Amino acid sequence: MSIRVGEAAEAPEFPTAAKRLIQDSQIRRNVRHATDVIRGKRNRVVAELDDWEQLRASAHAIKEHTLRNLVRYLEQFEAACTNAGGEVHWAQDADEANQTIVGLIQAEKKSEVIKVKTMTSDEIGLNTALEAAGIIPSETDLADLIVQLGRDQPSHIVVPALHRNRAEIRQIFRREMNLPALSDDPEELAAAARAYLREKFLRVDIAISGANFVIAETGTVCVVESEGNGRMCLSLPQVLITLIGIEKIIPRFEDLEVFLQLLPRSATGERMNPYNSIWTGVSPGDGPQRFHVVLLDNGRTQVLADEVGRQTLDCIRCGACLNACPVYQQTGGHAYGSVYAGPIGAILTPQLQSMQHSQTLPYASSLCGACYEVCPAKINIPEVLLHLRSKVVENRDAPVYERVAMKIAALALKNADRLSAAQSVGRIAQKPFERDGVIANLPGFLRGWTAVRDLKPIPKQSFRQWWAERDQSK
Amino acid sequence: MTISLFITCYNDTLFPETGKATVILLERLGHTVEFRAAQTCCGQMHFNTGYVGDALSMMRSTLDVFATAEVICIPSSSCVAMMRDQYPHIAQSTGEPALINAVSRFLPKVFELSELLVDKLGITDVGAFFPHAVTLHPSCHSIRSLHIGNKPQELLKCVRGLTLIELPDARQCCGFGGTFSLKNPEVSAAMLSDKVQCVLETRAEFCTAIDNSCLMHIGGALSRQRTGVRTVHIAEILAATDAGAIQ
Repeated sequence: MSIRVGEAAEAPEFPTAAKRLIQDSQIRRNVRHATDVIRGKRNRVVAELDDWEQLRASAHAIKEHTLRNLVRYLEQFEAACTNAGGEVHWAQDADEANQTIVGLIQAEKKSEVIKVKTMTSDEIGLNTALEAAGIIPSETDLADLIVQLGRDQPSHIVVPALHRNRAEIRQIFRREMNLPALSDDPEELAAAARAYLREKFLRVDIAISGANFVIAETGTVCVVESEGNGRMCLSLPQVLITLIGIEKIIPRFEDLEVFLQLLPRSATGERMNPYNSIWTGVSPGDGPQRFHVVLLDNGRTQVLADEVGRQTLDCIRCGACLNACPVYQQTGGHAYGSVYAGPIGAILTPQLQSMQHSQTLPYASSLCGACYEVCPAKINIPEVLLHLRSKVVENRDAPVYERVAMKIAALALKNADRLSAAQSVGRIAQKPFERDGVIANLPGFLRGWTAVRDLKPIPKQSFRQWWAERDQSK
Repeated sequence: MTISLFITCYNDTLFPETGKATVILLERLGHTVEFRAAQTCCGQMHFNTGYVGDALSMMRSTLDVFATAEVICIPSSSCVAMMRDQYPHIAQSTGEPALINAVSRFLPKVFELSELLVDKLGITDVGAFFPHAVTLHPSCHSIRSLHIGNKPQELLKCVRGLTLIELPDARQCCGFGGTFSLKNPEVSAAMLSDKVQCVLETRAEFCTAIDNSCLMHIGGALSRQRTGVRTVHIAEILAATDAGAIQ
């Protein structure tokens, strides 16, 4: 099996990538501005609902129930979708999914496809596989288009070009669409994209989409979006291929009631998405006449097998945790080296890859808990981060300096006598570094700390010494 | 009431003033404070970095030390969060019924300092005097794990002479995160820079919190940048009186 998550296996480690991004003033300003705006909108529309906490609890319960009965619901979906004229394909990993999709396009004798709303296709590296087979993929979601034309990587699961501002988008469009007179006026930019995409919508008659939800009982697929470009992809072409991670399934049509309240408010701060496309199989004479669903595992069943980690699969890809995360706000999505950025990426990417890569991702969090607070599916992300950290340590993948330091600390904290002794040693050891009552320059792995912060030296008397003295004088 | 103090390892080592203040404050309120000298650490640093085995040993020892205590006061919300959020899971993972029971007997006795004062002792005016402009950093563990609400603010509002100034973007993490600040020093520093900016915007003289861990972090930058703003644990404010600050 070849399970991979985009280029995550080859990406630099989080601290290295983050260090570079922290210095990029443009990205930092763009990310800060965008996350502030979305977060503000999200908080306002969430506050409108009295039953927000019940909705979260319902979403969590539905997802947990579904995951525990995943096989049954997937088979139910397959039967219902097939019955409605769709064709269901199963893919164990990225390669299998890519081969299936390439095969379907070649069987239609096509060399160009339009794509929309499928982060999962980035997970499996579909565009690279298509291009290798001589098929040209065109992204039609505006943000995905910006990323594709800019030969860039997505930095956010809902707003993939969140790290770009208008001026940068203008540059990309001017170059790639050959529009030298284009300004950075949002309406002009949108018009340029519209004209560029309309031509493709009218000409290319095979599309690839992702899905937000798939419904077991009816075989229905649901895509929500803001632009209408998705609606074009889902309705104009003759052939539609929808790539779906197996965790996207929900049991009943009425479960959408819960998720379609939670998702738009969490994702973009909207009460409802402008476009909600919900379709079942094929309707003769209306929309795509050949409909394929590719159900993708790519490591998900392994995640499911882990008792603590499996809640990661409750994710509905709203991106609220990214916008709320103070780490993401500083670095943007590229630091995470994966198509899945932010807190959810920090737990999803390592797990999909069986902890083989990205061992620094579970540590890319201060454990502040803001992600858990906003998650509409109540995924306890800090809990999973801690669980994955314990796996890193268990697998002996933690850095040697850290293992030594933690061992020494554990020995020093073993009992009170040792702690007192360690305090005395610390007082002596800090002497060479103490200047004017502060420690400002420590060596080794402590250097990062004192680079921007003074450290208070260990005072002469510990609390326990003060207590003992006070006790005696009583 | 006899209150057993869990000082926490870093307060014991780096911030003894916080411990002294807690003792003085609780004694002034008419309670007996005891300090069980065998205590060391709750295990948070090891657990949060992935060293579960070491954390388990520290949890065992903490449970032993406080087995007979009636009320345990901890002037640190992150250590309390470690106990409430993690001890039950750690105990469960061992499958030892005795340990699981010990944790469930232990947890109801644990109070963070402001919880102890406001919830358990029902007091917000502790008779303190602190004639300074102060802003409060609500630590992540206090708001998102302990759900402490406005207890620290209620206590501070009753302190005579104290002007409480609201911190902008107060709920944002300061970027400490324990070993996070060592493993991701650049990101941590960037987060800290935002927090310091907010503290400076208040024009307060002191930044306080119910956690010295955040304060060590914020204070480290306030000191490096020669801002003249100091950090002080809430216990030290509450222990201060008109008769003079504690030594």
